[in-house]
Amino acid sequence: MTNSPTRTKSTPTSTRLPRPARRSLLSRLPVVHQLRQSVGLQRGMLVAGLIITGVFIICAVFAQFIAPYGFAQLRGPDGQFGAQLPPSPEHLWGTTVGGYDVFSRVIWGAQTALEVMIVAIVLSIFLGVFLGLVSGYFGGWLDRILVVLADAIYAFPSLLLAIVMSIVISGGQSNLYGGILAAAISITVVYIPQYFRVIRAETVRIKGEAFVESAKVIGASNARIMVRHVLRNSTRTLPLIFTLNASEAVLTLAGLGFLGFGIEPTAAAEWGYDLNKSLSDVTSGIWWTAVFPGLAIVLSVLGVTLVGESLNDLADPRLRGRRAVAAAAGDVAATSVVPGGTLEAGLGGLSGLEGCGDFDDSGTRTHTDTSHTDTSQPERRQP
Amino acid sequence: MTATVPAVGAPAPSPTSRPTARRRLPGGGLGRYIVVRFLLIIPTIFILVTLVFFLMRATGDPITAALGGRLSGAQLQERIHAAGYDRPILVQYFEYLGQIVTGNFGTSISDNRPITTILATYGVATLELAFYALIVAFIVGIPLGMLAAYFRDKGQDAVLRVFAILCYATPVFFAGILLKLVFSVWLNVLPVAGRASTSSELEMQFLPNKTGIYLIDAFQTGDPAVISDVLMHAILPAIALGLLTAGVFLRLVRTNVIGTLSTDYVDAARSRGVSEFRLVRKHAYKPALIPIITVIGLQIALLLGGAVLTESTFEWKGLGFQLAQYLAARDFVAVQGIVALLAVIVAVTNFIVDIIAALIDPRVRY
Repeated sequence: MTNSPTRTKSTPTSTRLPRPARRSLLSRLPVVHQLRQSVGLQRGMLVAGLIITGVFIICAVFAQFIAPYGFAQLRGPDGQFGAQLPPSPEHLWGTTVGGYDVFSRVIWGAQTALEVMIVAIVLSIFLGVFLGLVSGYFGGWLDRILVVLADAIYAFPSLLLAIVMSIVISGGQSNLYGGILAAAISITVVYIPQYFRVIRAETVRIKGEAFVESAKVIGASNARIMVRHVLRNSTRTLPLIFTLNASEAVLTLAGLGFLGFGIEPTAAAEWGYDLNKSLSDVTSGIWWTAVFPGLAIVLSVLGVTLVGESLNDLADPRLRGRRAVAAAAGDVAATSVVPGGTLEAGLGGLSGLEGCGDFDDSGTRTHTDTSHTDTSQPERRQP
Repeated sequence: MTATVPAVGAPAPSPTSRPTARRRLPGGGLGRYIVVRFLLIIPTIFILVTLVFFLMRATGDPITAALGGRLSGAQLQERIHAAGYDRPILVQYFEYLGQIVTGNFGTSISDNRPITTILATYGVATLELAFYALIVAFIVGIPLGMLAAYFRDKGQDAVLRVFAILCYATPVFFAGILLKLVFSVWLNVLPVAGRASTSSELEMQFLPNKTGIYLIDAFQTGDPAVISDVLMHAILPAIALGLLTAGVFLRLVRTNVIGTLSTDYVDAARSRGVSEFRLVRKHAYKPALIPIITVIGLQIALLLGGAVLTESTFEWKGLGFQLAQYLAARDFVAVQGIVALLAVIVAVTNFIVDIIAALIDPRVRY
């Protein structure tokens, strides 16, 4: 770990411009590094995002200490809570139609959201990265099939896919960790294509670099090249997609919950479910059952998205500087779902990325360096 | 289709027309592009339909799912046998594919209606909602995006960017609930839910050539009360769904206009004294339009997904609302049919958008 990165990370730029001195471990951590790099407005957005995300994570981890009641608790020391009570000292944010404490359920909901987020992201990163690496590195018919498959899934309304998946996994009704796992897997299936596309595009690009060829010449095995040379150079865009998918996972979970495919109220607190139950309250002017879980969703998504957005901008030199001259006209890249375009990049190998092809998947003219554009996934989102 | 005719809409080059095809290649034939792009729809639809079929069938047969608790075991077996769900899955699959090719998406179990009828009845309502939402998205997203690009990195830009992220971060149903709360309950100026009030629906019901698109039907009655009623009902759902898309448009327009604003010809135009407004509106925005159009194609999928949630929130009786109903009733034949149909709609709209993009920009061709 201490010595190897300098060798394996020898991209053309870093061989030409050797780093003057190794930065400290702290400043090389993903977010800390960007925090130092940022200025002005961008730093403000990043800091705001980090604070909101921090509060969200604290609520999630320490839910049992913060929340005054359990998420499925209906009675306190002096009997039943009562339904639809307005905010009061006993129930800070009132109680729901089912007689739960709104404040407690919102706090516990953060825990559910975080759990689903982590499981979903870990699963989709592993599967997506693995498939993308194999597909991009070996190419051939497997690559073609996977690309068409990924494009088909990618073009599909992700919420509908998540619904179908949740029916498959849990029969549509879930309890306890089964529910969390079902929701997470449903979300995973939706996001695998995104990781797949990004990693595959990077792999196809890196595969033609000189250092990969040198590794082949000295007889390195495919597995070694894939892990040591290709994977380690293709992961720099991952933190960006990672944050964007984290926020989409929260939204998908809430959407599933809102349609009644989430987690039972007795198994865990889930914001989307609570919002669904509050739908009828709203018409009679009861606002607290809807507003607080809803705000919790908005804030958690906002926090994670702000972090992701800032990281995205900071990773892109054209957006980082104030006076970037480059034509950023082709910033849609991987958001397009032209199966032919993507296929062609696979078939033509690097010819699609170098020389003749300044065109990205959508056919718009971009820089030859297509890697950063692949992170522009946010245009696709979950309602 | 002779070698001399420019092949607009011609099929893939046959051996006889090969020399022309080769000569045309540098420019890229639009006809060829359309054909290739059209052929690529078929695997997409095929994959999605296959995926949905096997996934739904992995849960067991639809009849047990829908009627499981209500019928005895023997009765269930009888119904399953009658519907053919006890046959090998591959047999069922090929039968299903055959049905789809002939336009038969099956019959719902819970209320025994053909899926195609459900689509015809409720699809128009969803289309109407999606149309309104797109209008809101265009009106809000595009000018604000240009504004954000022009004031790049200044205060206005920061506010607009946070607004765009907020649009993204707010789930449609929460936006809908908030709008309801403010405009329907507290201010009491707009209706809470539905597509029209009962009296208007009654008035529209007996029109000779009813379209199902309420706005057109309302104009057919010629009654201003009905027209305003229909419009009033559409405002909140359109805003809820439209803002979601508006955020995406805003970001997209901003990024692309920033790109074109820094080009040489914009500098040249500025030095000639073109007004700043015209500069953004004409010189920077127009070339940025192509990637925007491509992404709008993706927004159709997003809009359809969002429509499910919006329609449930506002009891807007469209496909999404109906889908949620069937989901609650565990009618998986209906769910499978509607989802497969939506897949077809998404694939076809993406195709159309790609063709439009190719028509505008000659570079987007094979």
